[in-house]
Amino acid sequence: MQQEAPGLRTTPLIDVIRKAGAKLVDFAGWEMPVQFRSVLEEHLAVRSRAGLFDVSHMGEIRVEGRDALGLLQKLTPNDVAKLVPGQAQYTALLTPQATFVDDILVYRRDEQRFLLCVNASNVEKDFRFVRENAGGAVRVEDASSEYAQLALQGPRAADILGRIADQEVRSIPSYHFIEGSVLGSPAILSRTGYTGEDGFEIYLAPESAEKIWLALLEEGREDGLIPCGLGARDTLRLEARMPLYGNDIDETVTPLEAGLGFMVHLDKGDFLGAVILRRQKERGVEKKLMGFELTDRGIPRHGYPLRAGGREVGSVTSGTFSPSLKKSIGLGYFPAASARIGETIEVVIRGNAVSGQIVKTPFYKRPS
Amino acid sequence: MSDSKSVFPGDLRYTREHEWVRVEGTVGTVGITDYAQSELGDVVFVDLPEKGRALAAGEELGTIESVKAVSEIYAPLSGEVLEVNESLRDHPERVNGDPYGEGWLLRVKLTQPSETEKLLSAEGYKSHVEEGGH
Repeated sequence: MQQEAPGLRTTPLIDVIRKAGAKLVDFAGWEMPVQFRSVLEEHLAVRSRAGLFDVSHMGEIRVEGRDALGLLQKLTPNDVAKLVPGQAQYTALLTPQATFVDDILVYRRDEQRFLLCVNASNVEKDFRFVRENAGGAVRVEDASSEYAQLALQGPRAADILGRIADQEVRSIPSYHFIEGSVLGSPAILSRTGYTGEDGFEIYLAPESAEKIWLALLEEGREDGLIPCGLGARDTLRLEARMPLYGNDIDETVTPLEAGLGFMVHLDKGDFLGAVILRRQKERGVEKKLMGFELTDRGIPRHGYPLRAGGREVGSVTSGTFSPSLKKSIGLGYFPAASARIGETIEVVIRGNAVSGQIVKTPFYKRPS
Repeated sequence: MSDSKSVFPGDLRYTREHEWVRVEGTVGTVGITDYAQSELGDVVFVDLPEKGRALAAGEELGTIESVKAVSEIYAPLSGEVLEVNESLRDHPERVNGDPYGEGWLLRVKLTQPSETEKLLSAEGYKSHVEEGGH
């Protein structure tokens, strides 16, 4: 059944991933594992123990120079000036209409050196966008081919990494990173993730990826660490209400509409989209991304029609069966009038209207 | 990969769409194959027809959903639904764990038992799967 897929890009881990018997799929032009053994098992391992993901398809863009900070302040709605070296920030690249070019992480390496982590599907677009907006003393480089990336996620992640990293990692605060090494291989160790659990994203040279992947799996075996695919990554991030570019956010919606107001800092000075965001903040948004769960039987999927107040209002942007909550959950845009917790809604599943209600998000929050 | 590990019991008949049927007299028990459950992954939801519904061979009778995908189930043979496996409502994972046993989907009173001849044998279905299963 496993067919060679010509034209797909592969990460440095493709050989070990194939050998592990993972099911492979085309994701944004990359041949990636969707699951190793079971999406449910992998999902629950991350919630209760730990999981290891190959996310080397993600892109990295270097922005460096005297005017680097100024450029990022202009292109993103969050306040980059608040970052100290060693700190990371979730933010976005916005069009002049305040819609998403991409959602990204900004890493501040020192006063004038930044690294952006961007979605695989948007690397070329983002790189062009940043470069075209750059002026003055700033270098913008697509560094994607210089990095493999592993995501070690789950309550046991810090212990496992702590045993083989060459520096102390347990004390790295959330959304901070160090430039250190693992078993002698240089690595950026970042306490970030896309699962709603504690964990690390580890940026490595491609030639170190296989060694560190195998070493982590070996070291974490007794902790219950297992390799995980993009299937579990998707159910984990959705339970944590983390948006997926291309599904929940894109060039038609703004951070305020997407419920990501925490990344909008209108007091930081001018930036692309600020005018629109200021107006939306004053007058309110017309539509808002809300989470819902189904009260009747069925599973909402991306693209299924959404109804509220007796009429069709849009479609499901993300939906799944939640392995942690054992419920059907989803996200979708609702008109302001119906975007309220407790509001009754319907999802049309193969012609049948299935009832649900808008609920508070995140759907799942890790025990603190 | 998975096809080499899949099981194809010899006493069953199969469709190209990966259903199996066990014919006993004029009653057929229907499920999805081991290969199908393995391709689908963790089954979390099974939607089956009402008792008494008349089915024509090849008609879509319900859906089976894993975490990641939806798959239609087709009637292998014509008949009337006698019974559906109610235990799958609370234990859909039985389709993965025991596709030819506890994970059965429904029993049908066959109205055209001669249609059985058109279905694949275990050997025929195995070749179909080895060719890619499409």
